[in-house]
Amino acid sequence: MSPGQSIEAEHLSRRFGEFLAVDDVSFQVEKGEIFGYLGANGAGKSTTIRMLIGLLAPSGGRASVAGHDVATEPEAVKSAIGYMSQKFSLYLDLPVRENLRFFGGAYGLWGRELGRRADEVLELTGLAEHRDEITGSLPGGIRQRLALGSAVLHRPSIVFLDEPTAGVDPEARRSFWRLIRDLARGGTTVFVTTHYLDEAEYCRRIGLMVDGRLVALDTPAALKRTWVPDRVLLVRGRNLAAGAAALREQPGVRAAEPFGAGLHVRVDPAAWSGAAVAAAIGRQGGEGISVEESEPSLEDVFLAVVGRGATAGEAAP
Amino acid sequence: MEAALEARRMEKRFGKVEALAGMSFAVRAGELYGLVGPDGAGKTTAIRALAGLIDLDAGEARVLGMDPRTGGEVREALGLLPQQYSLYRDLTVWENLKFYARLYVLPRDVFRRRAERLLAITRLERFVDRRADQLSGGMYKKLALAAALLHEPKVLLLDEPTNGVDPVSRRELWALLHEFVQSGMAVLISTPYMDEAERCDRVGLAFRGRLLLEGDPAALLAGFDEESYEVAGGQRDPVEAALARLPQVRAVSPAGSRLRVDLDAGSRETVTAALLPLGAELRPVAPTFEDLFLSRLHREHAA
Repeated sequence: MSPGQSIEAEHLSRRFGEFLAVDDVSFQVEKGEIFGYLGANGAGKSTTIRMLIGLLAPSGGRASVAGHDVATEPEAVKSAIGYMSQKFSLYLDLPVRENLRFFGGAYGLWGRELGRRADEVLELTGLAEHRDEITGSLPGGIRQRLALGSAVLHRPSIVFLDEPTAGVDPEARRSFWRLIRDLARGGTTVFVTTHYLDEAEYCRRIGLMVDGRLVALDTPAALKRTWVPDRVLLVRGRNLAAGAAALREQPGVRAAEPFGAGLHVRVDPAAWSGAAVAAAIGRQGGEGISVEESEPSLEDVFLAVVGRGATAGEAAP
Repeated sequence: MEAALEARRMEKRFGKVEALAGMSFAVRAGELYGLVGPDGAGKTTAIRALAGLIDLDAGEARVLGMDPRTGGEVREALGLLPQQYSLYRDLTVWENLKFYARLYVLPRDVFRRRAERLLAITRLERFVDRRADQLSGGMYKKLALAAALLHEPKVLLLDEPTNGVDPVSRRELWALLHEFVQSGMAVLISTPYMDEAERCDRVGLAFRGRLLLEGDPAALLAGFDEESYEVAGGQRDPVEAALARLPQVRAVSPAGSRLRVDLDAGSRETVTAALLPLGAELRPVAPTFEDLFLSRLHREHAA
């Protein structure tokens, strides 16, 4: 493994009977990087993670994590990493600090070191004020932070987070991501999956999976340039539905979709200006129209990659 | 017109926790109503009361004018997707749907037509022969939703149905819900996604067991008089570090490659001055529903 890399996957594959869940996937993740792994449900994200953390043997290819081969040294991999699964487990009838002590014990910490580390993690996760509260009585967002805290007690150099923020309200998601970024700043490598594409903007690089294949891998900005080279317009106003339908029939219009209470319109920049789009919607009865130049979102990228990847299964456009 | 779904001053206490503290709202046939709010606001308890799964301490829940705990006719009319649900883990996707069809006594051709459509929409067609325990979390959720929709209920209750569902499927599910609503279904949905709240006909913002505000999301936004800003220019890390030191900054979140900031009223100049040496500036932008939501919660927490 080359220095500076904390995860290296080469032609990694996993087959379940006839079904190829992960198909010839190769990538590298650098030390201290926040690496996002995105894809539709069933695209192979969790299967990849389970191979990388030594829980599932690859059917083909190889991977090393923190310098250890996942197939031949799964135990060394497990002690070098932290893992928070979609359905993380905590003891709901125990106080917060006792959960940390329990998981720290499971990772081989004991005595004074265990107590000291539990207190450090309480500070890090902002849970010090809740240390003596029963875990089950706390809201989901706080439990999620505790689950992450229990995954980093043994100071792993890499953490794998599988949809850590599913079902958490916006404020709790923000504070969770502050925590993830603090970890990365401290040098921990973070490998994370999420369906919230706004938070995926925090990733330095993003890999996109479609039907088991890694079809795109780059920084958020480069993914947008490559996959959505359109003019993106945010249209607000009233009675926009008829205008959106009419726009979709026009050449040079790539999309006109509801976005919040407005429309998200993507057009060929050579063919359409913002004013032309406003006029076209106005002709169909739209009122009070304002058009704002926007940039493509990662959701636009996701739709472009997953839409195209699902039919073509090919890499770059 | 009579409401299809009605919560009348619902109250429910679990030990020390007041889950519902007089929550009221009504959903008409052909309306999509969104219940949003932070964890512990009472959303799930409200849905469970409307589904007839719990007894209220005070107030009433009504479905098509009936007490939802009475069974029979109410059960026929009601579709429910709770947060915790169980499918038969040792049955395949198709077998699970077939089981629900039998439960609701659907004729074979009706079942086949609806099941195929729901499987196409949820992108589960490729997985019809996969056992439920082999599905990813999001796929499992979509299967449960398909099962809840099979009997085409008049009233549909969805408790955070899109958690863990990917963006493409999420969009498709919303298109599907809009279709059902247009055909007259009353839908109550709870969600932590603020962009989804904006897609509802009406939303209620729940907090500590009651609603803080309610209305058409576009109208609520139009009445929201606080300013929202983005940071333009500068390097992200130093800008964020500077913002984190300013007490006037309530929240910072990514908006595409830019940063969105929530400021205390009247603090624009102070923040602008702090950003200036970093080559960054504030730019006013149209507020989103998330800005409105966070602002109202901040006000409540402060009160």
